[in-house]
Amino acid sequence: MRTICFYFQVHQPFRLKPYRFFDIGEDHHYWDDFLNRNVIRKVAQKCYLPMNSLLLELIHRYQGKFKVAFSLSGTFLDQMEAYAPDVLESFQKLVATGQVELLNETYTHSLAALKSKEEFHSLVKKHQDRIKELFNGYTPKVFRNTELIYSDQIGAMVAELGYEAVLTEGAKHILGWKSPNYVYSNAIEPKLKVLLKNFLLSDDIAFRFSNKTWADFPLTTEKFVKWINAIPKEEQVLNLFMDYETFGEHQWAETGIFEFMRHLPEAVLNHSSFTFSTPSEVAAKVAPVSKIHVPVPISWADEERDLTAWLGNDMQDEAFDRLYELEKLVKDLDDPEIKRDWGYLQTSDHFYYMCTKFFSDGSVHEYFSPYDTPYDAFINYMNVLSDFMLRVKQKKEELKS
Amino acid sequence: MKVLMFGWEFPPHISGGLGTACYGLVKGMNHHNQQVIFVVPKLWGDEEPLADFVNASDVRIDYREKRFKKFWKNLTYLEVSSFLVPYLGPEEFKRFTDYAIHDRTDVDESIFSNKFEFSGKYGKNLMEEVSRYALVAAQIARDKNNFDIIHAHDWLAFPAGIAAKEISGKPLVVHVHATEYDRSGESVNQPVYDIERAGMHAADHIVAVSQLTKNILVRKYGVPASKVTVLHNAVLDASIIKSEYEKKVPEKIVTFLGRITFQKGPEYFVEAAKKVIDRDPNVRFVMAGNGDLLNRMIDRVAELRMATRFHFTGFLKGDDVDHMYAISDVYVMPSVSEPFGIAPLEAVRHNTPVIISKQSGVAEVLRNAIKVDFWDVDAMADAIFALLHYDGISRMFKELGSEELKKLKWEHVAAKLVTVYEKTLAERS
Repeated sequence: MRTICFYFQVHQPFRLKPYRFFDIGEDHHYWDDFLNRNVIRKVAQKCYLPMNSLLLELIHRYQGKFKVAFSLSGTFLDQMEAYAPDVLESFQKLVATGQVELLNETYTHSLAALKSKEEFHSLVKKHQDRIKELFNGYTPKVFRNTELIYSDQIGAMVAELGYEAVLTEGAKHILGWKSPNYVYSNAIEPKLKVLLKNFLLSDDIAFRFSNKTWADFPLTTEKFVKWINAIPKEEQVLNLFMDYETFGEHQWAETGIFEFMRHLPEAVLNHSSFTFSTPSEVAAKVAPVSKIHVPVPISWADEERDLTAWLGNDMQDEAFDRLYELEKLVKDLDDPEIKRDWGYLQTSDHFYYMCTKFFSDGSVHEYFSPYDTPYDAFINYMNVLSDFMLRVKQKKEELKS
Repeated sequence: MKVLMFGWEFPPHISGGLGTACYGLVKGMNHHNQQVIFVVPKLWGDEEPLADFVNASDVRIDYREKRFKKFWKNLTYLEVSSFLVPYLGPEEFKRFTDYAIHDRTDVDESIFSNKFEFSGKYGKNLMEEVSRYALVAAQIARDKNNFDIIHAHDWLAFPAGIAAKEISGKPLVVHVHATEYDRSGESVNQPVYDIERAGMHAADHIVAVSQLTKNILVRKYGVPASKVTVLHNAVLDASIIKSEYEKKVPEKIVTFLGRITFQKGPEYFVEAAKKVIDRDPNVRFVMAGNGDLLNRMIDRVAELRMATRFHFTGFLKGDDVDHMYAISDVYVMPSVSEPFGIAPLEAVRHNTPVIISKQSGVAEVLRNAIKVDFWDVDAMADAIFALLHYDGISRMFKELGSEELKKLKWEHVAAKLVTVYEKTLAERS
């Protein structure tokens, strides 16, 4: 069996509003409701709605032969419920076809896996419950950590929670001479299968599709099928992982990205030996070739495929450490609002905005950031966190007395 | 006496302390019934009618006047070379080239036009505006011959003062509010330094805003000490400001408020903050303002892992400035080189105890403040800790500081200035 596994990340963070020093101690609402709503509505019109209806059309047309997987972050689910119930409904319809698989992740798209096992577990559980609630009792079997962040240790934690497989990046420095087009297994818990992203072919669609200076521009379905046919016969799985916003948002409708996707299944099914599968089908049918060793965490971000998009500079480390210092206090309080805000503050995007790697991938960071500079992002976040710390302290004293 | 005064800005349209000082001085002169003709590059029409204002943008230049030839020459020279601005950052460069492409198509005509619309700001074509201002000054000096003495504020107006002196033959007093050494440390901008130096040497007498500034003039500009009189700045209003604004955090607040640049010594404040927070975590430090060192300060605060105790507000304006003073328990001005520094006096008006660097002019007039060397972060940390924890000393500073403020009046400064004029005129005749 040779198969293509499409997986789309669908995530939106709760962006912070401009929160000033003078607001500390007084204003406890941190989220930029207006901006967040606008982003969701804009992306809904450009991407979620048209792409969901296209996928639904393809699923109906190819009757069980075309399938995809999604990971919908909890912060996205919350915002969709509040600002875009129409989008939620279209996702529910897709899942109801049985050809769409949902993956599990941490509820708030957080970096907790790197810091606290306990918090990681509780966020995964929360995401599981929420998926179950919104999608008619659906229970995901495959895990995808925030931004494909993965290491042997993280894999072991995921295995402990009972998942069959996990998705991550086919990072060059991990694979070496090996190919991402096989199923591997976790180095600590061999029963957990590891699916690796083929970043060349994924990024041909996600990043290079509309790049006119790219030698292979324009990308057509014929060309793409020619490339996948050139993959050695023994390599069985082609994992195409990307942001869902690729369709219509990063690559505008005018680039022809929707047309490309509309015709891709036909081209693949008629002119190659590839089929389409979901991650859990791949995990069930394909045996792992070997263990994959990932001692240091990897991710799908930037050229380095490491954690430096979120952590590593002084601002990011300071913000991250101060946030997780509060873990015990927050858990002891068990106050729903404090718990919610603490979760939302963990969303990886906040740390991404503080990244100072201006010269390699700065422009990508800039594109996704609501701030002018990483310094602005840091100041704003720390102002909010300072207020949050005061609230936690106050609540604790209230409880005591 | 009638004074022809050249400034660069005047309230309410100001971007620095220069305009405020000119306003105070003119007000003081009014108090003594002295007449002032005040020239600014651009008038907005809503200035308080304290002087006989002249809008340089309205002055028509008689280009047939042979005596102006020299000033024209300066100007054309600048026009030709002004495309060569070295070391622009990418953003500045874009702004500059946009400007050059879209706004400068009429260069040739505008050089020889007889009227010029000044921006009155501190932009890229500042040097051109400064030279043109001199040309306008020459015209004004030729037209109005009813003044006794010329007074020019800071280097921007020095070429104007020199031109007016050359055309009218009247004595010139230049007023130094800041020097290039204060603004840039040892890496001075040579053309600016040259203008400052030329102004000081062409002047019949020099007024400096502090002894500190006078020392710089003597040491760095080769001016004889006898030619310089120190006139400290004053405050417009010494009344205590009672603010309704309330602090929303339980901790005490220590504030730095000013431009975040080399001159203001922000890094010493950050290092001192770390020492205080290590001893007492129940303090918040605030750095209010903007400047080219802001990002470096943010990095340092993150590196010292104190960002939940050390906050940045960005540039504050209007009420926010008052609110910031009002909620501060200690105000620190760690300037590396501050010719005067009016901000600590504002803090005193809000009953906030202040710590100022010995390298500031205001240290010469404010007795009830803690003074430390800007580089001595241990002393600064000690002083902050003391003012936060020992109520006696901060209470004393509050009471005595506001008393002291009442003595700093612009009419006293103006009275002294009049004697400087009289002496200068007497020496001439």
